[in-house]
Amino acid sequence: MPAELRYNNEIERERSIDMQALYAQLLVGLINGSFYALLSLGLAVIFGMLNIINFAHGALYMMGAFCAYFLLNLAGIGYWWALIIAPIAVGIFGMILERTLLQWLSGLDHLYGLLLTFGIALIVQGLFQNYFGSSGLPYAIPDELKGGMNLGFMFLPIYRGWVVVFSLVVCLLTWYLIERTRLGAYLRAATENPTLVRAFGINVPRMITLTYGLGVGLAALAGVLSAPINQVRPLMGADLIIVVFAVVVIGGMGSIMGSIITGFALGVIEGLTKYFYPEASNTVVFVLMVLVLLVKPSGLTGRAT
Amino acid sequence: MTVTADDSIPLTPRTIRDEMIAFAIMTVLLMVVPLTGIYPFFVMQALCFALLACAFNLLIGYGGLLSFGHAMFLGTAGYISAHALKVWGVTPELGILIGTAGAAALAVITGLVAIRRQGIYFAMITLALSQLLYFIYLQTPFTHGEDGIQGIPQGYLFGVLNLAKPTVLYYVIVAGFLFGFLVIFRAVNSPFGEVLKSIRENEQRAISLGYKTDQYKLLAFILSGTLAGLAGALKVFVAQNASLTDVHWSMSGEIVLMTLVGGLGTIFGPVVGAFVIIAMQQYLAGFGQWVTVIQGVIFVVCVLTFRRGVIGEIAHYFRLSL
Repeated sequence: MPAELRYNNEIERERSIDMQALYAQLLVGLINGSFYALLSLGLAVIFGMLNIINFAHGALYMMGAFCAYFLLNLAGIGYWWALIIAPIAVGIFGMILERTLLQWLSGLDHLYGLLLTFGIALIVQGLFQNYFGSSGLPYAIPDELKGGMNLGFMFLPIYRGWVVVFSLVVCLLTWYLIERTRLGAYLRAATENPTLVRAFGINVPRMITLTYGLGVGLAALAGVLSAPINQVRPLMGADLIIVVFAVVVIGGMGSIMGSIITGFALGVIEGLTKYFYPEASNTVVFVLMVLVLLVKPSGLTGRAT
Repeated sequence: MTVTADDSIPLTPRTIRDEMIAFAIMTVLLMVVPLTGIYPFFVMQALCFALLACAFNLLIGYGGLLSFGHAMFLGTAGYISAHALKVWGVTPELGILIGTAGAAALAVITGLVAIRRQGIYFAMITLALSQLLYFIYLQTPFTHGEDGIQGIPQGYLFGVLNLAKPTVLYYVIVAGFLFGFLVIFRAVNSPFGEVLKSIRENEQRAISLGYKTDQYKLLAFILSGTLAGLAGALKVFVAQNASLTDVHWSMSGEIVLMTLVGGLGTIFGPVVGAFVIIAMQQYLAGFGQWVTVIQGVIFVVCVLTFRRGVIGEIAHYFRLSL
């Protein structure tokens, strides 16, 4: 083979490795975006009904992952059941929190809700750290989703593709539930004017509890999805929740679809940053938040508050 | 959002006399500490955090702005002071000045961004900004990553006061704390402080009365950040290191906790809160993550049943203004 041709081939191969790496980072971005979307969606739903920014969201996400871990290691219940049981179990835990603690905050300044849920997050994370340290516990990918497939331009691990698709479906279902069903209409009405909705004979306090359970359940679901990818760690949600706060500031909490799109978009941008300028991948979401605040203080989709 | 007097942070009617007496008592107590045999290192550390919590309280207690990222001023001033002292070899007074100025500059920049939103968003933005700084400090070489800047020389303040002597250092820290405390005290009791309180109670009305509330909020943020920076610069001389712990979100949480325990919107509350929390950490140091759990429980209990805090309850019960 002439030297020049070989040289071209090598450039070609390098470029293809380069593109592979780019696609891989894009996929990681989409996965992180799924978690951002699921978590910011839950935050937005909860904020709409309870007027509370749920600082415990990261801790409850972690509990979802631990729930899956316990189910597998203590009861031998696998991933698919965990996907259903963990969100319900953590959702019920959330509803108990709402009934016993959060409900006493109605009528108080927003800030107290943030402080209370921050306290809950510290308790939950501290307890798990006491018993499980700070290192990660492995959680295996279920057999059905092992391996990968060659898409021609890249190798796609099936589990990762599943996480993106499944999260997107759950997000869209939640959007449909809130924006297009009768229950969702009650919910939106109760967000606007709880007193009036109550006067129509709808049990608003119960709806508030269920809403909190729903938001928390979404966080737990994200936790189960992330368990095979990121391992199960007591502090897995602690840093994530801060990024999600930045996502919420960027997107605003006024619109469900806005939260979903912002979540995925920021994940992708983060993934691209990991490829083009890895040093900034930790900070890019925060920098974007600053830029958005300077250019459009009310957030991309939200109403100014 | 309409905030009425009932659901906002409690505000006690203020008279200057009670505060003067309490201030005198506090000063005397601080002056006699070295004679009592109490470990001065503990008091010095607590005083740095007390100043920090007072600075934080200026924003939340009087301006109604919850900053969940105040650790960034503590850490930034700490790093800059430590770097100036160790690498550039500047004198202590200059080191404190440079560190505080660094925090002030940071407060100008972050303040301009953060005051663009109110209420709950303000808290999330400040938290995100401090996390941004955390990652920057994690990666820049001058902070030495996980190790932090260690073995910082204490030197001679104004060329004469040997800061390596615990007693000398103690009185210098007390002086720094009292200076910062009086600045806040003065600010709160000034026309500026009154406007700040009116913004907390009803920002729309303050705007309609012709006050440019954004400017007041920015000024309060800068003042608060600068004094938090002073606390960070002083802490460098006590701890002789500057590390990532000081910029971490959990530190911001502790600042909030100190102020909440002592009493939001009270002059002396943050000081008491800082001593309580630092003492608790000392006693529970061997219990690992239980400290975090207990802090969480205190948060929950305070928010649900004890929103006035220690000083707030005392002031309420004895009808004092503290």
